[in-house]
Amino acid sequence: MSEIADKVKKIVVEHLGVEESKVTPEASFIDDLGADSLDTVELVMAFEEAFNVEIPEDAAEKIATVKDAIDYIEKQKAA
Amino acid sequence: MFNLEGKVALITGATGGIGGAIATTLHEHGAHVVLTGTRELVLQTHTEMLGDRRASYVVANLSSPEEADTLIARAEEAAGAPVDILINNAGLTRDNLAIRMKDEEWDQVINLDLSSPFRLCRAALKGMLRKRKGRIVNIASIVGATGNPGQANYSAAKAGLIGMSKSLAQEVGSRGVTVNVIAPGFIDTPMTSVLTDAQKEKLLAKIPLGTLGEPKDIAAAALYLCSDEARWVTGAVLHVNGGMAML
Repeated sequence: MSEIADKVKKIVVEHLGVEESKVTPEASFIDDLGADSLDTVELVMAFEEAFNVEIPEDAAEKIATVKDAIDYIEKQKAA
Repeated sequence: MFNLEGKVALITGATGGIGGAIATTLHEHGAHVVLTGTRELVLQTHTEMLGDRRASYVVANLSSPEEADTLIARAEEAAGAPVDILINNAGLTRDNLAIRMKDEEWDQVINLDLSSPFRLCRAALKGMLRKRKGRIVNIASIVGATGNPGQANYSAAKAGLIGMSKSLAQEVGSRGVTVNVIAPGFIDTPMTSVLTDAQKEKLLAKIPLGTLGEPKDIAAAALYLCSDEARWVTGAVLHVNGGMAML
């Protein structure tokens, strides 16, 4: 697992207070990890801060799963 | 009770009667206050009068969306810490009968009295959500609930502020952030000094407590809503109006 994936997972575990084993790539923040809509906004804010990237509104809306987040950040970092 | 030590409070419209009194009161109770307004000399004088390191000021014209958007960051820079308490008090009136009201008079009031508080709330909430704590107090007006001839614009903005505050209160309540409204009645300030004696006389007849309010009456209400003691109060409208409208 990449460094970015590790860090994303850690942020999700911390923010949502869920067990690490539940934070699989396919896990949906809202459907599987119990996040509400404000949690998803806060997660995006936390990602922005941790990775020093800017995630615009329309991109943030598409980030529904752990994998979505990892892919987006990896793409930004590669660019 | 009502100890605000260690908290940073941003007060907009701090050069006005009510804003100035709120700043003084929150400062008295330990907050670091950041005063903001358009008149630098007034801000500077007031800040110096408070006279210690727990007071700063930022000059900003909140009719400008850009200045409203960046004010929170500037205030945090001035105070050296995130804003814990936001008091949206800045406002203006452009009274006219609706039939004669120009678009410009409508727009100016909606922009400063409703849109700029929204911008400030949006910016301040980021830090508050992160901290899992915060207090927003929006200063509306009795006319936002009752209406008032000649103030279609002002009463619409103030009613809008009440609806906005209730929505925000529901959005962020789970994060320990409260959003409340104070709706002042007629307070003796420069804004109401334009009333003629005859108008004042008529007004007083409608106030069971028999006098105009003073800025300190609103400041006391603000202090309560900003305190830890008000932790279970959100989305509320506190009417401070001498009994003029019992809502």
